[in-house]
Amino acid sequence: MNLTLRIWRQKDPSVKGKMVTYKVSDISPDMSFLEMLDVLNEQLIMDGDDPVAFDHDCREGICGMCGVMINGQAHGPQQTTTCQLHMRSFKDGDTIDVEPWRASPFPVIKDLAVDRRAFDRIIQAGGYISAPTGTAPEAHSMLVAKKDSDAAFDAATCIGCGACVAACPNASSMLFTAAKVTHLGLLPQGQPERNDRVINMVAQQDAEGFGGCTNIGECAASCPKGISMETISRLNHDLLGALRAGARPKS
Amino acid sequence: MTVTDSAQRRTPKAAKTNSVFKKFVMAISGILMLLFLIAHMIGNLHVFQGAASFNSYSEWLRTVGEPALPPRTLLTVIEIVLSVSVLAHMWAAISLWRQAKRARPEGYVTKKSVVQTYASRTMRWGGVIIALFIVYHILDLTFGAVNPAGTDSTPYSRLVASFQNPIATTVYVVALVLLGMHLRHGIWSATQTLGQSNRRRQKSVNAFAIAFATLLIAGYLVVPAAVVFGLVD
Repeated sequence: MNLTLRIWRQKDPSVKGKMVTYKVSDISPDMSFLEMLDVLNEQLIMDGDDPVAFDHDCREGICGMCGVMINGQAHGPQQTTTCQLHMRSFKDGDTIDVEPWRASPFPVIKDLAVDRRAFDRIIQAGGYISAPTGTAPEAHSMLVAKKDSDAAFDAATCIGCGACVAACPNASSMLFTAAKVTHLGLLPQGQPERNDRVINMVAQQDAEGFGGCTNIGECAASCPKGISMETISRLNHDLLGALRAGARPKS
Repeated sequence: MTVTDSAQRRTPKAAKTNSVFKKFVMAISGILMLLFLIAHMIGNLHVFQGAASFNSYSEWLRTVGEPALPPRTLLTVIEIVLSVSVLAHMWAAISLWRQAKRARPEGYVTKKSVVQTYASRTMRWGGVIIALFIVYHILDLTFGAVNPAGTDSTPYSRLVASFQNPIATTVYVVALVLLGMHLRHGIWSATQTLGQSNRRRQKSVNAFAIAFATLLIAGYLVVPAAVVFGLVD
């Protein structure tokens, strides 16, 4: 396959970036999108150019490190991670636009790599339980209804890639925060901190500068793990409960 | 480390100023306005019973509860509730709009939407247009200030005079269709915001929102249609 790539190049956060056009040839349809970028980078290095910076780690679709905007869609045309997107999703001769996630809490570090530590700070604000858990306990000692454990597990599959923020017209991190709130809120171990968790995590996502949720649904449609809008409804429900209970945010 | 202080029952400031709380304000005020819209639509249908019935319904709204209650009790209550709702709805919308603008100052070169409905895209500017329409609508049909029939006319004659003007009718139809789209996304969004949606209900809530918005707006639009086609004059 021969492709034309228009890639966002930005040397560092302080300078303005722009789209730069590159041509790559002899791309196998079986390559992943990241392997295609590797081919481009080898070509750039050979030519003495600066290779394109992009984040990646496991390349198995489970770490949540990779993620770029491909032709205006988070992780591209398939509902999967960028590393699991294969070039067979494109046609020979296609022009592909590649951009970083765009949100002020996700500043561009270089080219396609963005700083997503805002997500870590949301987790630090309440995405945990403080009970000492030790090793895995005997499963029968604390019963969890099947539908709750299934829903909690579905929410727990969130890998924190940031596609929800990237796809959201408001650049809201609601689906991410909601997945964490749902995951812990449905399990018995998550109950003691349930009220504080939702208030602190929402306060943190606002403080980071993410937008508000308007229930448009672009997040769920581009989530590589298929986290549903149901989690957002659960977060809202938890926040209403917390308001009634008079929970207190972190001072 | 965070704790829930059971002695403290007051809701903290951070909990009342966050983006989700603003959405609650938006949802509740929206529901109040929606209830009014239902009553207003049903009231409008009195026009098909003729001028006397329509005008006496209008009079009844001003005298209901008398003599136990002072005149205009019902209307005053509705006016206060609606004014507070409109202001609250606008406050929440504007601050969330600004928050969203700040969250993505630099847009994408290429952006494709996947599931976004047209209705959800028209919420903000649509809301602004609806607010401007409401101002015009009150000046036109409540006070008659900008109505061809003038301020000394009956409600019925103001209605007929307004809808016999093609420009006023077009403005009305466009604003009401925008309102319908606003409700289509608003009903779904409020259900979600109040935590009443889930994966199974998602489809039916959206279907209900479409059906409800269509029926309500159809109920409003039969009145100008009747005037335009000469059924009411």
